[in-house]
Amino acid sequence: MIPAWLASRTAVAARSKGLPALTAWRLLRTSAWASADASAPPQPSREQMNYDVLVVGAGPAGLSAAIRIKTQCQSAGKDVSVCVIEKGAEVGSHTLSGNVLETRALDELLPGWKEDADCPIKVLASRDSTLLLGGPSWSLRLPTPPSMSNRGKNKSNYVVSLSEVTRWMARRAEALGVEIYPGFAAKKVLYGWDGHVEGVATNDFGISRDGRPKPNFAPGVDLRARVTLLAEGCRGSLSEEVMSRFGLRQAARAEPQTYALGIKEVWQVPESQHKPGTVVHTIGFPASYDTYGGGFIYHMSDRRVALGYVIGLDYSNPHINTFQEFQRWKSHPAVRSHIDGGTCLQYGARTLNEGGLQSIPRLSFPGGALVGCSAGFLNVPKIKGTHTAMMSGLAAGEAAFRALTADKAPDKGPVDMSNYEEALKRSWLWDELTAVRNVRPAFRWGLLPGLIYAALSEYLLRGREPWTLTHGRPDRERLRPLAEAPPAPAYPKPDGAITFDLPTSIYRSGTNHEHDQPSHLLVSNPGEFERSNLPHYGGPETKYCPAGVYEYRTDEYGRSKLHVNAQNCLHCKACDIKDPGANIRWTVPEGGQGPSYTAM
Amino acid sequence: MSMNPFDEIAVEEAIRLKEKGVATEIVVVSVGVKQAAETIRTALAMGADRGILVVAADDVHQDIEPLAVAKILKAIVAEEQPGLVLMGKQAIDNDMNATGQMLAALLGWAQATQAGAIEVAGDKASVTREIDGGLQVIEVTLPAIVTADLRLNEPRYASLPNIMKAKKKELVEKTAGDYGVDVSPRLTVVKTAEPEGRKAGVKVASVDELVSKLKAAGVI
Repeated sequence: MIPAWLASRTAVAARSKGLPALTAWRLLRTSAWASADASAPPQPSREQMNYDVLVVGAGPAGLSAAIRIKTQCQSAGKDVSVCVIEKGAEVGSHTLSGNVLETRALDELLPGWKEDADCPIKVLASRDSTLLLGGPSWSLRLPTPPSMSNRGKNKSNYVVSLSEVTRWMARRAEALGVEIYPGFAAKKVLYGWDGHVEGVATNDFGISRDGRPKPNFAPGVDLRARVTLLAEGCRGSLSEEVMSRFGLRQAARAEPQTYALGIKEVWQVPESQHKPGTVVHTIGFPASYDTYGGGFIYHMSDRRVALGYVIGLDYSNPHINTFQEFQRWKSHPAVRSHIDGGTCLQYGARTLNEGGLQSIPRLSFPGGALVGCSAGFLNVPKIKGTHTAMMSGLAAGEAAFRALTADKAPDKGPVDMSNYEEALKRSWLWDELTAVRNVRPAFRWGLLPGLIYAALSEYLLRGREPWTLTHGRPDRERLRPLAEAPPAPAYPKPDGAITFDLPTSIYRSGTNHEHDQPSHLLVSNPGEFERSNLPHYGGPETKYCPAGVYEYRTDEYGRSKLHVNAQNCLHCKACDIKDPGANIRWTVPEGGQGPSYTAM
Repeated sequence: MSMNPFDEIAVEEAIRLKEKGVATEIVVVSVGVKQAAETIRTALAMGADRGILVVAADDVHQDIEPLAVAKILKAIVAEEQPGLVLMGKQAIDNDMNATGQMLAALLGWAQATQAGAIEVAGDKASVTREIDGGLQVIEVTLPAIVTADLRLNEPRYASLPNIMKAKKKELVEKTAGDYGVDVSPRLTVVKTAEPEGRKAGVKVASVDELVSKLKAAGVI
């Protein structure tokens, strides 16, 4: 059985190459994906586990949903079983974010959080500055827009490590009775007899690279639930499948999502340089006028400084190397002054949503809903998405609880989650995203027009303008071929003190995967990379991947061949987004692997 | 928290011995902070029967030295009367490789360290040890201490249903004081330093140049 998402994906890919649908079908039958399905090892019967609510992903959105359900259970004296699975080895291992947290949703979710001594939300964001980096050596201070500022009477923004915050949220969730299972990845969505979502199947462990079971083979389990909440974060693999299968984008007339890649490090700096609560945002260097890029520097607790560079994945210059752009940004005096003399502790990368309101799909589907960045609620001008992610989780938890425990509710079968979307549309989340919907698209006219529009929007229009700008084409279609590209930027060699090489940085992410397992990066049309990506685009996958997963090696005949180092993967999903031919599909590897972020 | 890899191998070996019918019950012990209970639960999920957590520290960064651990284990051994004590050869945080040996000395039992293979027959165990020169096979009389090395086995994955079932298995919590052991450190760290950076090598143009340079350095 070819699943609907696979058929539609291939049809899209075929159509983009100008091929008729019949040829697409033929491509499909011979493609790597189809044969991977056929060679799957015969499985012993799998164990089933049943829950009322299953949450895929123990990030802020998923945990907010779980916590909300259980607190409602406590106050209403009812019982709803909640299971959260997480592909990272621990909660927080795969969580990476700036992060300046607006506690609006947290105040509603866990009202007494400030009194909790265990809570790692301690450093108030106090100093704001916005800098325009004019060139490699000079900068200009810009006024900080009010919505970004951390001062003001109703403001309580904190500089946090989101990895630490989610770990604390997980402890609170477990104390309320939520079952959390890190180390298990959701591999497949389970569909019921009429096509509704019934849960997920976790990954099998112990399959070797050639697809055969190893001596320690342990099959995954089928987790079935009446409500499945997909909280996988940006570009979640199951979320994309579900959105495609149920036509959730078309149903909401949403635009394709547009993304950015954030590359981040956490440093420990000398006491004299450390000013906890400092929040700096930069624009300009090293991004060219037509690339959306900016940096952040946040001073955390314990002499730590978080800093990172975010680059819009709608960039057109195929020479852009995202990792090197980040290193260049760090070498600017206004940035390096924060980290000079310090030690880099961790490195990581993750994509984030920039589509805002225009790209939000239909949020519920038969048997579940999308929460957090899987749907895409990030407020781009504010660069904050955690508060909206938590809010969506909270609303989804509410809706699930109500639907499951309502007076006349049936005690079996999938649950109607449409109340979740209605509640969200009535909440501050929707108002906030509506107000800022035009800021990011305006940057496609260039840096200066974008800034002018952003100022207009911030101080005057506040989203009240009657027009809604579109994002246009998906990010992958924006890449220009080499023939039309500007000259390649000259990236300096790493100095080993502030800037580093890729292997050193990957080591600092703690990423690790079992080598003897099938590659989790599904590359279809393998010859396409050597035929098209390399000659026409210069092999962009070797440049946008922040982990050096993709490289071209020459074989003994002098031919270049794509080599996939899947074990380096940081689970950022940039390849799933940016490959010009849409030939890379990110799927989950064995659970408990990938990066080990602790302070990110 | 994840289990020390060598201990994970020891737990796996214990479970295999039970599956072979050699062992009847597996008791897992951890000495550390309260969160070590999670590690014990993982062992229970792999197939151990019950767990004992000895809370000996409040802070994860406080090192509990091998002698203190060995003394606690000695007291537990006196209570539980096991036929075999399995543990990892060393912990990957302090890399001491001393606990098993100290425990054997305190108990007066035989020890087989760095085990790469174990065969149990009656009251004797034949253990293949990994030593610098190769492999050494020794026979010890049970009860004995065996410490596990890397190639002993490949631990199984704890499946989700087993993790759930492990929640119902017995996990007793005790303190170091219950066993009358003082865990205050006896060792002081005098200095910690990163290894010196590697100095650049020197390229030589020919074998003669290499030989003359080695002679000048006094190496040959």
